[in-house]
Amino acid sequence: MTISKFTTAAVAAIVAAGISTPASAEVDFSGKTIEWIIPFSETGGSAKWANFFGPLLSEAMPGNPTVVVKFMPGAGSTKGANWFQEQKHEDGTTMFGSSGSTQFPYLLNDPRVRYEYKDWIPVMASGTGGVAYLNPEDGANFDGSANALQDIDFIYGSQGATRLDLVPLLAWEMLGMNVEPVFGIKGRGDGRLMFERGEANIDYQTTSGYLGGSLDLVAEGKAVPMMSWGALDADGNIVRDPTFPDMPSFKEVCEATDGCETSGDAWDAWKAFFVAGFPVQKLAFLPGDTPQDVVDTYSAAFEAVVGRADFAEISAARVGKYDVFTGSGTADALATATSVSDSAKTFVIDWLKEAYGVELN
Amino acid sequence: MDFFTTALPALGDAWGMILQPIVLGYLVLGVVMGLAVGVFPGLGGIAGLSLLLPFMFGMDPVLGLALMVGMVAVVPTSDTFASVLMGIPGSSASQATVLDGFPMAKKGEAARALSAAFASSLFGGLVGASFLTVFILVARPIVLAFGLPEMLMITVFGLSMVAVLAGRIPLKGVAAAGLGIMIGTIGEADAGGSLRMATYDIPYLTDGLKLVIVGLGIFAIPEIVSLLRQDKSIAKDANLGAGWLDGVKDWFANIWLSVRCSIIGVVVGVIPGLGGSVVDWIAYGHTVQTTKDKSNFGKGEVRGVIGPESSNNAKEGGGLVPTLLFGIPGSGSMAIFIGAVALLGSGEIEVGPSMLKNNLDITYSIVWLLALANVVGTVLCIAASGGIAKLTTIRFAYLAPFLFMLISFAAFQSGQNFEDLLALFVIGLIGVFLRRFDWSRPAFLIGFVLSNPVEKFTNQAFQIASFRFRKGFDVGMEYIFSPIVIVLIVITLVSVVFGIRQAKVIMAEGDVKSGSKRAPLIFLLLISGYFIFALINANMIPDYNMTDKIIPLVIGGVSLLCCAILLFQMMRRSEGDTIFADKELSGEDAEAPYGLWGTLAWFAGLIIATYFVGFILALVGFLLSFFRFRAQTSWFKAALLAAVGISFMCFMASMLNRDFPPGLLQDAVDLPWPLR
Repeated sequence: MTISKFTTAAVAAIVAAGISTPASAEVDFSGKTIEWIIPFSETGGSAKWANFFGPLLSEAMPGNPTVVVKFMPGAGSTKGANWFQEQKHEDGTTMFGSSGSTQFPYLLNDPRVRYEYKDWIPVMASGTGGVAYLNPEDGANFDGSANALQDIDFIYGSQGATRLDLVPLLAWEMLGMNVEPVFGIKGRGDGRLMFERGEANIDYQTTSGYLGGSLDLVAEGKAVPMMSWGALDADGNIVRDPTFPDMPSFKEVCEATDGCETSGDAWDAWKAFFVAGFPVQKLAFLPGDTPQDVVDTYSAAFEAVVGRADFAEISAARVGKYDVFTGSGTADALATATSVSDSAKTFVIDWLKEAYGVELN
Repeated sequence: MDFFTTALPALGDAWGMILQPIVLGYLVLGVVMGLAVGVFPGLGGIAGLSLLLPFMFGMDPVLGLALMVGMVAVVPTSDTFASVLMGIPGSSASQATVLDGFPMAKKGEAARALSAAFASSLFGGLVGASFLTVFILVARPIVLAFGLPEMLMITVFGLSMVAVLAGRIPLKGVAAAGLGIMIGTIGEADAGGSLRMATYDIPYLTDGLKLVIVGLGIFAIPEIVSLLRQDKSIAKDANLGAGWLDGVKDWFANIWLSVRCSIIGVVVGVIPGLGGSVVDWIAYGHTVQTTKDKSNFGKGEVRGVIGPESSNNAKEGGGLVPTLLFGIPGSGSMAIFIGAVALLGSGEIEVGPSMLKNNLDITYSIVWLLALANVVGTVLCIAASGGIAKLTTIRFAYLAPFLFMLISFAAFQSGQNFEDLLALFVIGLIGVFLRRFDWSRPAFLIGFVLSNPVEKFTNQAFQIASFRFRKGFDVGMEYIFSPIVIVLIVITLVSVVFGIRQAKVIMAEGDVKSGSKRAPLIFLLLISGYFIFALINANMIPDYNMTDKIIPLVIGGVSLLCCAILLFQMMRRSEGDTIFADKELSGEDAEAPYGLWGTLAWFAGLIIATYFVGFILALVGFLLSFFRFRAQTSWFKAALLAAVGISFMCFMASMLNRDFPPGLLQDAVDLPWPLR
């Protein structure tokens, strides 16, 4: 950025902040530093997410506080979440970002979880989607149903059955497919590489990973898309993912496949965990005892961020074309992300034990 | 892709983009910041890049890249200072540099070691960039040829370097490497999530130990403690011998070694999933094997500095291949780099498979920015090396407290737990005894670094191989014994056979005298005890999680067998045999005016005080009392030095936006930063 460009940008930011600041009882954050705690390392998707929203939030908050992202990785994010549980409101400069990997251990009663989502105040939530794809040879057998895929042995590079990979693994199992996960990879990029080397023959990527890396494979004929996980409509039904309108959702494939039911325990469990992991994957929280005026200030700021004229454009490449929930929408989003019926919970815990020998206590 | 029609014009465009005063200005800025951050052991590129991230949003892509690449490129250069001067491995890339670099500093040849290292770094960086310019066009299929069996074999090849570094008693080297692997398995297993030597009641252990802590504990603490006990300067006679010009001459005399090690660096760096952890050891092993007179290794052989340092900067170039072509970060700093690239401009640069097609000019400018940053960084470092080498002539009692301060801070940054400091102390204690009884510390560290890759690749390759064997025997064999694997097996066997022959000559700990049986025997029994305990612990993992228990069982079993044979030998051999090597009997440690425990107590005191009053307050007390009572300075001087240390610490921490370890006091009372 050259000096003159910098000045222009700064002036624009100041003007924009001046216009967007309503006169209501907002808390002034001038000269303060907001610490946004991310319970993962600097290298993950949550870091990307917070680093994207951080500067935008700073512009939109009254007084333009500095927003710094602080990383507190450990124990698959439970360490950071346990820490946040202990935090009390001081001056509204502590914010926490959770992800699907924070939600899942909470839902599965992981013994390390000492945090309670119900105690926290959500101020923003955002989601993503996912796409499963096959190698060309087996992909040729895919006709919108998995009927012709049930006798094939599949290998899948997985980060662990109790993580977000629970959603694809359970989906494939419901379709009657024989997918053997190879555990211990770090990140979906490594999974895609294993697929490219031909060691794995089935893979899934979140939307940004699919658009960034796997779409080229599809174009070169080295991969065949199978299905997206879908998206939630306003009534809570699973519909096609708006980013991939031409691709069937898992629900459609399940309906077309013999022996796969879109009702009953397995379906309810899958849907519950899908919803907790994808459409509302990442949430920003303030400590539970934060006064209402501070909460309102944050909510208004996030609303202003999402309301930017260029938001759709700048967010598409970095966080995907998905809903960002702000204001009153965040409470519903949180409820969707963290409530799973006891029967779904029991189903998944039993399935993890039976299929992978995972015991969660 | 045709080199002449597409690559050459893109290369020209890239040079056009880079060679502008403003771009070069940003590059120099990045280099200077990288050097400033790089002196912190264990922080390096990740901290630096995180610092730059907020400014990347919407920044002009070439300027942003110049700033970031400038910073990333010099970290493996600047961490050489810590490796050579203090014996502290600054990052995984400079572990092997410590082996000969630090002994050179002790001989008063710090400037020579540093400038040889920097010249090699520069050359490695340039060779890496030239190689990449052509290689990046054909790299994709080659990278894809490295599947799990191939990666496992490279890891095993890395482990085979233990043979060279095992020391005079090969069994002790193998057991030390085994101990490193076993300590590397502590925590939650990657595959099945079983706990090894850990419990959910101590959450710290479930994440396993970090390389920074183990590297500092094994190498830095024993050296600091030993030097402090002798109470002299690092350079024995407090005067400096060979200067920086000699180092550059040394490098030039060994230019072919430098070329070969640079190529090793690029090639190994290209393979995703291995990163830098093995490169420097492989380069060191190669250096030893191609040197005629091996007697000086471990005692300050300049070739032992040139080899690893040529490879580690070349590796950064190689590491760009998986990062740019596959979108898979080769290291932590590369991961942040990928994230930051997406923030540049209007986000038009997408790291990944399309990078070569759409942004070949950007790709080339990254490669050559890297090379240029190496040049700038090296020139600055060589210019500084003569002056900085004078640090080695200062009485060590003045340096040690600052070193304890730095390594504690670095250790804390790895996990931001108080337990980080405890772990550092415990590993440091292990390091002190490994050193005392002449158990190979490099072997231990290689074991630790490669523990996770060995386990991961073994399990994954086994799983996929058994899957292939179900399809047919020939399909399985073809998968496991690919041509690359066979070549690697041959290289590994040759290297082990030659390595064992040479190991007796290479004494990383110097010539350690032997003496009575008691102390070495107790240490052996303690290590055996740990192996037995770890074996019982691993055996308790249920059988359906075989992936989590097989490596600890096999490695633990082999190591225990080594210990049993050693025990048998110890019972039969007489006192004075090399098997009973003990540094406390004769030599510098034995003659040191201060005792081991008294010296360690100072460090323990700092940690205990931190537990109660937090790091900064503890540090005030530690520095003041250390300078006054141990270094015997006046109160005034002690206060002055303590103030310098504290302000430096606070300045760096506030720049990098880092916290200090809090204590019980901070739980009870709210204090302002930095006391918080």
